[in-house]
Amino acid sequence: MERTLIALVEDKPGVLNRVASLFRRRAFNIESLTVGHTEQPGISRMTIVVDSNRTDAQKVAQNLYKLVNVIHVEDVTERPAVMRDLALIKVRANGQTRAEVLQIVETFRARVVDVALDTLMIEVTGTEEKVNGLVEVLRPFGIVEMVRTGRVAMLRGTA
Amino acid sequence: MRRTGAQIVWEMLKYEGVDVVFGHPGGAILSTYQARQEYGIRHILVRHEQAAAHAADGYARASGRVGVAMATSGPGATNLVTGIATAMMDSVPIVCITGQVPTSLIGSDAFQETDITGITLPITKHNYLVTDVADLAYAIHEAFYIARSGRPGPVLIDLPKDVQTAETDFVPPEGEVRLPGYRPVGPGDPEAVRRAAELINAAQRPVILAGHGILMSGAMEALRAFAEKTDTPVALTLLGKGAFPESHPLSLGMMGMHGEAYVNMAIQEADLLLAFGMRFDDRVTGKLEAYAPKSRKVHVDIDAAELNKNVPVDVAILGDVRQVLEQLLPLVEPASHQAWREEIEGWRADTRARDILNRPENGRLLAPHVIRAIWEATEGKAIVVTDVGQHQMWTAQYYALDWAYPFITSGGLGTMGFGLPAAIGAQIARPDHEVWAILGDGGFQMTLQELATVFQEKLPIRIALINNSYLGMVRQWQELFFDRRYESTHLLNPDFVRLAEAYGIRAWRATCRDEAQQIIAEARRHEGPVLLEFQVAEEGEEGTVYPMVPAGAALHEMLRRPVVQSS
Repeated sequence: MERTLIALVEDKPGVLNRVASLFRRRAFNIESLTVGHTEQPGISRMTIVVDSNRTDAQKVAQNLYKLVNVIHVEDVTERPAVMRDLALIKVRANGQTRAEVLQIVETFRARVVDVALDTLMIEVTGTEEKVNGLVEVLRPFGIVEMVRTGRVAMLRGTA
Repeated sequence: MRRTGAQIVWEMLKYEGVDVVFGHPGGAILSTYQARQEYGIRHILVRHEQAAAHAADGYARASGRVGVAMATSGPGATNLVTGIATAMMDSVPIVCITGQVPTSLIGSDAFQETDITGITLPITKHNYLVTDVADLAYAIHEAFYIARSGRPGPVLIDLPKDVQTAETDFVPPEGEVRLPGYRPVGPGDPEAVRRAAELINAAQRPVILAGHGILMSGAMEALRAFAEKTDTPVALTLLGKGAFPESHPLSLGMMGMHGEAYVNMAIQEADLLLAFGMRFDDRVTGKLEAYAPKSRKVHVDIDAAELNKNVPVDVAILGDVRQVLEQLLPLVEPASHQAWREEIEGWRADTRARDILNRPENGRLLAPHVIRAIWEATEGKAIVVTDVGQHQMWTAQYYALDWAYPFITSGGLGTMGFGLPAAIGAQIARPDHEVWAILGDGGFQMTLQELATVFQEKLPIRIALINNSYLGMVRQWQELFFDRRYESTHLLNPDFVRLAEAYGIRAWRATCRDEAQQIIAEARRHEGPVLLEFQVAEEGEEGTVYPMVPAGAALHEMLRRPVVQSS
C-alpha cells in the first residue's frame, strides 16, 4: 500500500540533496517526491509517496526529523486529503483519430494545451488512478511523450 | 567591530569556550591559521588530518565538551572523513572546520577542491558551506549547539578562502539558536512512562541494558538509584562502560558478541529488558529473531529513529534518559529479585571457572594478563583509550570501571587507528589524569605517525602495545570459521621499541608476566610518554577472545572457552 507524507522543510541550498541522500542511505524506496514553494517564504513543501510494503513510512518520518532543516512531517494517508497528480501527454492524432482523442479528453475533463498537425498535447490533473486511466486509453493512439509531476497532497478543511 | 572571516572563526571558538583545536594547516585554511595567535587558542599539530578528527573525538569524550578539528581543503578535508564517521556512529560532539577553494572557483575542479559537504552529508549530524562572511558567526554558533545538543554528533563547516579574508561587522550571536526544525527532546511522554513503570513493577526477571546515553545525559546517579530501588541487574554496552560501577553487586558487565556468558544468558532469560540510552546494535543483539524472546521490552532513547528500529518494543519512550529515569523513579516500587539474581550468580560462577586469568601460570604472556596488570597498577582509575580488535574486547572485559569515566573506544564504526590519536585528545582534555592507550599492533600502525605529536606536545600518555603479530580479531575469525587459513593477517612487524625511541619516546618490552608487571611499574614512574610492547600469545585458545557469539548466531549460542580439567 502507498503512504503519503507531507514534509515542510527550510528552503535552503542542498536540502533536497539531504533528503535524497537520506533515502538512499537508509535504502528507502520512494515512489514519488515533489518539491515546491509554500505560502510561507523560506519554507518548501515536499510530498513523498512510499510503498509501505517495502518501506516503513514511520521510519521515513523519524529519519526525516533527524535532518536539521526538516520542520514538520505528517502522514496524511488516513486523513481527509486532496491528492493530485498532473500529467502532460503528447499523443498522436491525425485527421482520422483527432475527434476520437478529443472526445476522450472531454470525458476525462482533461484539456488540450497544444495542437500540431499530427499530435495533441493534453494536460490532465487528478488522482493517479484517473491519470493512469487516461494514459491507458490514449496508449493505442501512440503516446509520443509524457511527463508527470508526481503526487501533491493537502489536507481538507481548516486544520 | 570589523573582523575578517578568519578572525571570526577564532572569536567564535572563544565564544563557544574552545581552548584547543586539533589540526593540520594547508593552503585553503591558511588565512584562518594565521589569525590564531591573536586569540591565544592552543593548536595541536597532528601529522595526518584523520588524527585531528580522532583527537577532537577523544577530547570530547574525555571532557564532555565539543572537540574541534581543523584541516585544509581537498585531501585535508577527505582525511577527516574516517574520524567524522567514527564520531557520528558513537554520537560524539565534534566540530570540523575545513578550508575550501574561493567561492568563485567552487565547482571548477580547482586545485585541492573537493565537495566535502557533499561527501560528509551522510556522516555528519549537519554541515555548512558558508558562502557569505556575514553568515559565519551564526553558522559556528549553530554548529556548536547542534553538535552538543540532543543526540550529539559531528558538524562540519566548510569555509571558502575568500570568506576567510572578507571583512564584516562582527556581532557575537545573542540568545537561543533559531532552528525551526530542530527540537532536542527532554522528558518522556508521561503516559508512556506510566506504562513502563507498570511493566517494571510486574517484572520478576528484569535486566537493565545501559548504553552511552547514560554517560552523555549524566544519568549515572539516576541509573544507580533506579537499579538499587528496583533490584535490577545492569548490563552495559561497550560504550556504556562507566555508566554503572562494575564492582556494584548489581553490575553484570558488558553484553553482546564478546560479553560474558552469564550476561547474555541473563538477557535471553529475562522477562523484562530496560534499554536505557542504547540502540540495539547487531553486536549487542546477535540474531534478532532469537533475541531475548521471553521478555517485554522498554526502550528509552533520545533519537526517535532508534525506537523500534532493530528490536520491536512494548513501550518506547522518546526522551533524555536522565529525565526519563527521574520520571520513572517515583513510579516504581522497591523490589527484591533474590531468586533471579541467584540464578545469574550461578551462571557467573561458571564464567569464573572458565576465566583465563584463573588458569595456572604456564610462562606465557596473554593479553588479559597485561590488561589486568594495568588495571591493578592504576587501581582501575586511569582513562583508558583503545584501538579496535581483540585487545579492545579484552580491555572491555578486564579493565573494570567503577567511575563515570568514559571508556574511549570506537564502538559503532570499529575504526582501527583510532586509539593513539584519541588518547592525544583525551590527555589534552585531562592533563592531570593518567591516560593509557591500549592498542593492537595492527591498528597502531594505521596512525603511528602520531607518536611525533605525542613527543612534540610532551604528552605523558602510556601506550600499551598488545603485539601478537597478527590482525588478531580477523585471525581469530579465520581460526574459528575458516579452518585456520590465515589469509593476509600475519604481520611482519618492526622493532616497536626502537621505533618509539626514534620518536624520542622511552620504550620497554615484555614477554612474560613478571616482565609485564615490572615494565608497567617502571613506565608509571617515568614522566614523559612511554610505549610498552607486550609480546603475547599469537593464536590458539590463549590468543582468542572468548566468549564469542558468532555473527548471525543467537546471543545464547556462544562459543565458550573450554574449562581446564584439574589433573
